[in-house]
Amino acid sequence: MKVSITVNGREHTHEVEPRMSLAQFLREVLRLTGTHIGCDTSSCGACTVLLDGSAVKSCTVLAVQADGREVTTIEGLARNGMLHPIQQAFKEMHGLQCGFCTPGMIMTAYEILKQHPQPTEEQIRHGLEGNFCRCTGYHNIVRSIQRAAELMASNA
Amino acid sequence: MGKYIGKSVYRVEDDRFVTGKGKYTDDIVLPGMVYVAFVRSPYAHARILSIDTSQARAAEGVVGVFTGEDECGQYGVPCGWQVNFKNGETMREPKQPLLAVGKVRFVGEPVAVVVAESLAQARDAAELVQVDYEELPAVVDPKAAMEPGAPLVHEEFPDNAAFDWCLGNDRAEVEAALANAHHVTELHYRQNRLTPNAIEPRSYIADYNAVEDKWTLYTATQNPHLIRLLLCAFTLGIPEHKVHVVSYDVGGGFGSKIFHYREEALVTWLSKQVGRPVKWTADRSEAFLMDCHGRDHVVHARMGFDAEGKIVAVLADEYCNMGAYLSTFAPAIPTYLHGTLFQGLYTTPLIHVNVVAPFTHTTPVDALRGAGRPEATYLLERLIETGAREMGMDPVEIRKKNFIPPFDGVETPGYQTQVALQYDSGNYEGALNKLLSIVDYEEFRAQQEAARKEGRYLGIGFSTYIEACGIAPSAVVGALGARAGLYEVGHVRVQPTGKVSVYTGSHSHGQGHETTFAQIVADMLGISIDDVEVVHGDTEKVAFGMGTYGSRSLAVGGSAIVKSVEKILEKGARIAAHKLECAVEDLEYSEGKWTVKGTDRSVSFGEVALTAYVPHVYPQGEEPGLDFSSFYDPVNFTYPFGAHAAIVEVDVETGKVQILRYVAVDDVGNVINPMIVDGQVHGGVVHGIGQALLEEVVYDSDGQLLTGSYMDYTMPRADDVPFIETDRTTTPCPHNPLGVKGVGEAGTIASPAAIVNAVVDALWPLGVRDIQMPLTPLRVWQAIQEASN
Repeated sequence: MKVSITVNGREHTHEVEPRMSLAQFLREVLRLTGTHIGCDTSSCGACTVLLDGSAVKSCTVLAVQADGREVTTIEGLARNGMLHPIQQAFKEMHGLQCGFCTPGMIMTAYEILKQHPQPTEEQIRHGLEGNFCRCTGYHNIVRSIQRAAELMASNA
Repeated sequence: MGKYIGKSVYRVEDDRFVTGKGKYTDDIVLPGMVYVAFVRSPYAHARILSIDTSQARAAEGVVGVFTGEDECGQYGVPCGWQVNFKNGETMREPKQPLLAVGKVRFVGEPVAVVVAESLAQARDAAELVQVDYEELPAVVDPKAAMEPGAPLVHEEFPDNAAFDWCLGNDRAEVEAALANAHHVTELHYRQNRLTPNAIEPRSYIADYNAVEDKWTLYTATQNPHLIRLLLCAFTLGIPEHKVHVVSYDVGGGFGSKIFHYREEALVTWLSKQVGRPVKWTADRSEAFLMDCHGRDHVVHARMGFDAEGKIVAVLADEYCNMGAYLSTFAPAIPTYLHGTLFQGLYTTPLIHVNVVAPFTHTTPVDALRGAGRPEATYLLERLIETGAREMGMDPVEIRKKNFIPPFDGVETPGYQTQVALQYDSGNYEGALNKLLSIVDYEEFRAQQEAARKEGRYLGIGFSTYIEACGIAPSAVVGALGARAGLYEVGHVRVQPTGKVSVYTGSHSHGQGHETTFAQIVADMLGISIDDVEVVHGDTEKVAFGMGTYGSRSLAVGGSAIVKSVEKILEKGARIAAHKLECAVEDLEYSEGKWTVKGTDRSVSFGEVALTAYVPHVYPQGEEPGLDFSSFYDPVNFTYPFGAHAAIVEVDVETGKVQILRYVAVDDVGNVINPMIVDGQVHGGVVHGIGQALLEEVVYDSDGQLLTGSYMDYTMPRADDVPFIETDRTTTPCPHNPLGVKGVGEAGTIASPAAIVNAVVDALWPLGVRDIQMPLTPLRVWQAIQEASN
């Protein structure tokens, strides 16, 4: 089937199998390998991207469902060589170790901060429920999102 | 020393990770690459009667289908550690073929492999492979596996024991001490079986080049050189210079990516067979089935005390599950990484541990973060707190009565244990005192008392632990059965422009070596950290190495780098002395330059570097170049220690445990990057909280894995845990140049006992004495009900 998906501001048109997930489309067709796949039950959140501005698990969205829509991946967050405040905050607060869950965490953080620009610890932890990290114990991920909220407030 | 060591320098590696530019194995696509799907056993134990691959071979896109009847069935992956029976009998070591031959011995064991143009085609064709099995009875419990009449996992052995091993003092002497003790505390429990769950699944790509007769293997591993050694010398019989192993970014290991797995050897073999690059990436279901599990001990443990609460003896009998085959390090985990830690922090005079390690019809069991040491800490720390409560003593006071007094390994000698180790340095009461001041112990007990009057159940639990890290002196581990040396290699190349490349045999899969190692080198050379690059994970760039596990990277790998930098400074001084026309002894090195003492005459590191490669004016007889490689083989293990406390509230109506505070005081020797060290503790503690409260691999009696997905196996999530409060004491390691001990496993080792002790402390007045991990609401609720009946 033919799909036309705008990814990080650029439209891509490709023939895909109906069973191809959006995660596979991004990784295999567009070679945007920052979106990771960590499970097969939509549990780990490593594949989280923004679809029309909202966080989704791209392993659970078919590429054909994204036809005509806009996707933002981890590769599309930094602008003009400057890290997005969430990316900057993850670096400053040591919100990552092996880096594998990180793209999904950052895209989920984007959604949390969209809903709660000044989130409480509880709102952050609740918002991260769908994302696994085995390295950090979540401690510095929560701190990173708190820091990102500060950075985004001061940039606004 | 300088401006980087001891500072929370931001990580060099983070820019690529936060922008999605990490390079993990599955991200790599090679021209002409084909994909692999496995046919795996649906039975825990069965005879393979026939395999029909004809339909699969005819399917669209299929390049080849192979079974154990093909040449690959002759090859097996080796075990790297030999632990013999206490009676001298040799360890029983079954072959672990790349694909099952004749029989399958656990659910998920690979039976056939399909290679196809696309992954979807490979998976579709794998469905068409027809395997006819005769199902056989299975055994999954390690103790049941040793009962007479239990189904045999390997028919060539008379029973299921891989070995029956013991360590410590004479058993009769220990039994006698227990018989004469004032009080004996006894626990029967299961050290719950876990699965590692690095979020990146294992992934391998093998690329055979027929012109060069050479392979490149891209692999998600913790130890690329060790994989090359095992793959070449033991599995496939390929000369080592014919295999180039690459593992750039690896998404977490926790032990599971130490081991040399069948799939890794098989894709290597397949690439030559089909003449194409071959890729396999596990899906999560395969990870649950095939990634080596951890723990799974059935334990009977006793601790005897005198009337004052001094420990007089510790005795443990354990059945430690090996799974169906011996994985790479498996025999070492419940023995030399476990029984050797039974001294703990205490002056216990008599210790004996006996470990029977049976085969069962389950996934192989091997190292998982902490590997043997969490199990030892759990045993001792549950016994000592239970003993204290039974005797009406305070759990803090009883520890203080039993602690080994402080020693630094320099002025005061190391501490010789009853179980083969010599601790390097320690101040155990110091760590506990710091912890007590942070948690405000007296105040908590008052709060607890007040809360009980309101019907709320708060508890505090402690865990004072020690671990053996920095594995290891090769001579020691060789005597204990290791089939490899365990040194590390650090190669430092000063480029002509004065920039520095560091090649390490250690491997980072989250630990941040690119930052920590660069901090050390930059400070020693007095240059900017931006002028230092750290390279790992490539057997053709890095001369040799043993990789990362057992919290060894900084203590062993870092020390190897230090040795090479010292050689660079020595040679650089000779070049500088020649340029400055003075004696080497007249020079001092600081802030990146050699200065003639007492003068302003100096030459910079950059000038010396350039001179070394453009040696027009040069000391006679000196070789050009500024490039040194060193092997570092430590003289001892390192022994980090610490004191952790958990404060919990238990809802007695639902059995739900809430962690109110978790405080960790660790002593990991000198600290290079506090931010990274804290991060390791956070992650380790939460991994241990997972074991204590949430995680358990469950098989049914037929050997079916019931916890085969994230829907069934409960991982800790962000809202299951609190912030982890961390602090430190510092007792330097006396025997390595950095004075460091290692931190990667500390949290995982300490936290399960702290959590369970806290829950039991909360529920002790209700009569609850022990609860089996994981402490799910159901188990806690049942324990309360049973105690009240």
